[in-house]
Amino acid sequence: MTDWLTLKQPELKEIPFVFATLDRNRIVITAANPVAEAQGVHCGMAAADAKAITTDLRILDHIPGKEAKLLRQLGLWCIRYTPVVMIDLPNGLILDISGCAHLWGGERAYLKEIVNKLRTSGYDARAAIADTIGTAWAIARFGKKTPLVEAGMQAQALLDLPPVALRLEPLILEKLQKLGFSTIRSFIQIPRTVLRRRFGEGFLLRLAQALGLEEETLIPLVPPMPYTERLPCLEPVRTKKAIEIAIQRLLEMLCMRLQNEGKGIRKAILKCYRIDGKMVQAGISTNRGSHSVSHLVKLFELQISKIEPALGIELFLLEAPKVEDIEPLQEKLWDGKPGLQDASLAELLDKLAGKIGANAIHRYLPAEHNWPERSIKQAASLMETPAIKWRIDRLRPVRLLRRPEAIEVMALLPDYPPKVFTYKGRRHVVEKADGPERIEREWWLEQGEHRDYYAVEDTAGHRYWLFRSGHYDDAPQWYLHGFFA
Amino acid sequence: MANTKNDIISQLQKDILQWEGYRPPPAGKRKLVGLGPVEAAFPNGVFPLGTVHELVCANTEQAAACGGFVSGVLSILMQNGGACLWISLSGNLFPGALKAFGMEPDRVIFVNLTRDKEVLWVMEEALKCAGLAAVIGEMREIDFKQSRRLQLAVEQSRVTGFVLRNRTDKMGSTACAARWKIRPLPSEPVDGLPGLGFPRWQVELLRVRNGQPGNWIMEWSEGKFRPVEKELPEQQKQMAG
Repeated sequence: MTDWLTLKQPELKEIPFVFATLDRNRIVITAANPVAEAQGVHCGMAAADAKAITTDLRILDHIPGKEAKLLRQLGLWCIRYTPVVMIDLPNGLILDISGCAHLWGGERAYLKEIVNKLRTSGYDARAAIADTIGTAWAIARFGKKTPLVEAGMQAQALLDLPPVALRLEPLILEKLQKLGFSTIRSFIQIPRTVLRRRFGEGFLLRLAQALGLEEETLIPLVPPMPYTERLPCLEPVRTKKAIEIAIQRLLEMLCMRLQNEGKGIRKAILKCYRIDGKMVQAGISTNRGSHSVSHLVKLFELQISKIEPALGIELFLLEAPKVEDIEPLQEKLWDGKPGLQDASLAELLDKLAGKIGANAIHRYLPAEHNWPERSIKQAASLMETPAIKWRIDRLRPVRLLRRPEAIEVMALLPDYPPKVFTYKGRRHVVEKADGPERIEREWWLEQGEHRDYYAVEDTAGHRYWLFRSGHYDDAPQWYLHGFFA
Repeated sequence: MANTKNDIISQLQKDILQWEGYRPPPAGKRKLVGLGPVEAAFPNGVFPLGTVHELVCANTEQAAACGGFVSGVLSILMQNGGACLWISLSGNLFPGALKAFGMEPDRVIFVNLTRDKEVLWVMEEALKCAGLAAVIGEMREIDFKQSRRLQLAVEQSRVTGFVLRNRTDKMGSTACAARWKIRPLPSEPVDGLPGLGFPRWQVELLRVRNGQPGNWIMEWSEGKFRPVEKELPEQQKQMAG
């Protein structure tokens, strides 16, 4: 973990620093960098003690889950050396190298390669090869001699190591220390029954695992498989029908896999490699995850016209860069019930988005703003529900102009509703009026004049929403903003 | 003999209605949209759902009135949590105002388009989708062939469609179940108070398939339609035109 930070901030290389976290009212060090370790700081130490040893120690907050993330990345990188990699928290990786080492010219060269690669990329790595996980773990961390343990030589390799190399509980370690067992050699010959009575079954299990008497299994890391399908063509194709068939086949393959994993496509890209070396692509996106072949085929059918086959397409590649989990149970529950959750509505919207573009489709939710234009906001998804209630206490026009239009107005008295106004060359005589309703500009967003709104009705019964920008001083500007029902 | 003849005629009329896609409502399960006397003008006395209605609005004032009227009807159609699609040409519909007409604006999906052709395509696709309660399409004009396409689409899905057309010069025949004209009327002051009253409209049924065209004055007050019985003064009536 400290190596990762040093890589990110090279200036920390010379400074001793540690990660620390609060554990039972003490600040305990969880990771220390090599400089700090050289000065005697080690993991599990209280931060106060460490500060006493090293005056210029820098203590950083522990980032929960970071080790697992880093180890996972390293583990995925290690898959190039062996297909079976396991994460060993908090600071190790276990590789099952059966049948792999000879590809790098023997175990020694193999080990050197991995350690060198890791060291050059900035990680302080130690490694060991042994028959059992336990022995390899011990030698990698505490081994002083060769990192290679030959087959069947685990016991000899472990003899000179401290008991902590056996991955034991802190309580047992303390007991061993009290009894004066400073190396494994000192207790390995003691009969098992005696050891069990003293230290329990867990201790014996660890010892047996290290010696290879007890089986230990690996939980291998599974790298994420990209959702991709490919379909090469025997002959280059260029007809619409052929492209349709290709899409159908690819989707059938992909959807089968998605269905098994309970996932649905949100976004898919079809890449067509033509024989002239160029690549054309068409993409679709959906409002909710879908693994229904018929629906996705329909979406792609709208895009086929965009694919230019030229001399012919020889390879189709279907990628799903965005997938999401879908709950089939819930789908059934909502089925047949009209509403926004209806699956057929989502499919319709996908289809519309494919033809007219997704930015022509909107759904609005109320927003907490005074300004009428800002009192609605776009919903991010079909599932989003209004956070606040729609307001009905104030009258709002059914048709609201995007941009208020200037009108000429005659009012009898200042702060009175207008008596006559002219909009688009037509004169309207105001019969009834409500107002003013003053709507202040939201000063935390922008500066400017407030608006005084009047709801007016002319003699023909048409109802309008007018406003005056600012106070009634010299020549205020009037606007028409909306039409009431 | 005369009696049986009348029976046969009324039976035949009922059959014709059924063949034309009008199913008589099951007894006691009549679904009303709260339009009062207007509903009596329709066959079987029921506001036809699962069909397309055409509303003529010549200017923005009338379009606003249509918007209010349709929202009032939609509030009943969307009562059970349904959603609707509003295809808009002008894009000036204000969702915040629709709540006043009893519908949930967040259950409306707005589609903003610029060309009639696109609106018709989207509307036809949407009308085929049984998951929607209603589809509203604003367009400049619609001819007989296009309206028939929409009518055919709803016959399968039973979705209700509303076409808001704003060109009035070429009004030919239509396959829609009804052609409406909604015009705003001067409102009546409430309890003699100054200011605006409840929204009031002249609701005109220009054409009804198998029904009686007519003319009514409706008001939207306290969350429902209210027919206004009183005759308006002549002078006001002229101005409403």
